[in-house]
Amino acid sequence: MKSFTGKTLRWEWREGVIELTLDHQPANEIGTAMLTELEKFVAAFGALAPETSVCVISSARKSVFSAGGDLRELYVTAAATAAKDRPTGVRAFLERIHAVMNAIDEAPFVTIAAVHGACLGGGLELALACDMIIADKMARFAFPELRLGFIPGFGGIPRLKRDLGNAFVRDLLFTGRTVNATRAQAVGLVAQLAGEGEALRIARSTAAQITKYDAVARAAAKKFIKPIPREELRREIDLFCELFTRPSVMAALKKFVEDSGPMPYLP
Amino acid sequence: MRTLEQTTQEVLDLAATHFQLPAGSLAPGDDFFKKLGIDSLQTLEMLSRLENHFGIELPDYEVQGVSDFKTLAERIQSRL
Repeated sequence: MKSFTGKTLRWEWREGVIELTLDHQPANEIGTAMLTELEKFVAAFGALAPETSVCVISSARKSVFSAGGDLRELYVTAAATAAKDRPTGVRAFLERIHAVMNAIDEAPFVTIAAVHGACLGGGLELALACDMIIADKMARFAFPELRLGFIPGFGGIPRLKRDLGNAFVRDLLFTGRTVNATRAQAVGLVAQLAGEGEALRIARSTAAQITKYDAVARAAAKKFIKPIPREELRREIDLFCELFTRPSVMAALKKFVEDSGPMPYLP
Repeated sequence: MRTLEQTTQEVLDLAATHFQLPAGSLAPGDDFFKKLGIDSLQTLEMLSRLENHFGIELPDYEVQGVSDFKTLAERIQSRL
């Protein structure tokens, strides 16, 4: 399928480049709806791969790449489920999203996240699954999960550890703070810094350069330098489910989703 | 080294320019959430704008609960 327009995203193949655009109100939250369409996207890789060199992932939403997992859906679904059954439902969702992230991570073409605005939690995990992040200088990155009593669940910690030094990994996780694009580039999270509103244009220009190279060598290089930390990813799912069963997590999520102030509840 | 007054004025000027408000329409004691009508994503954008302008990092937890320009300027000043 060379092009697709869904309810939360769309993609289009053109001259060896797939452009995946996230476009889900209000802030590209990754819940069941986007997950289902991301599954459709990665299912198309088999047919698209032979004639694809690069995939660029970006957002059509103003001021945000993705705010991350859909915490409202997570809370509402969990609240409607008996406490003892919650881990089963959460695990099923995580298994599905991990399969998508792994498919993007090991895609036989180069993947670029063109990031502008907020790139938080699951949104950052999606960007981390890509081979390169090209960021608008106004972009901000964070893993706020610990502030609500759990950990990133879409592969964030293993992929962050794979790519970056411990000082930054721990700062990001333990403070839950957002960091700007300049800092993100300085620590190696961001490959290229773009001027305001220029991230997608620069990602396209980078993609055009990458399409010139031999496909076999490019795929071999990617496999060589970017192994997937499978064992740690499995442990992440277990740990997330273990932490999620605690009543304090539901209480924190309740405060977060019910907060109607200009800044969401985050301790 | 900037004085706190200079930092406060630069914060006000930056906000007025970005949100296309008349110069002098913002005051140090104003609640920026109310005055600018910004949401959480726009707040993060403003934080990037301030960090880039002043060449500093301002962790979210240092500005948590801050809603007026003067206190925001004080937090920035402590990082200069």
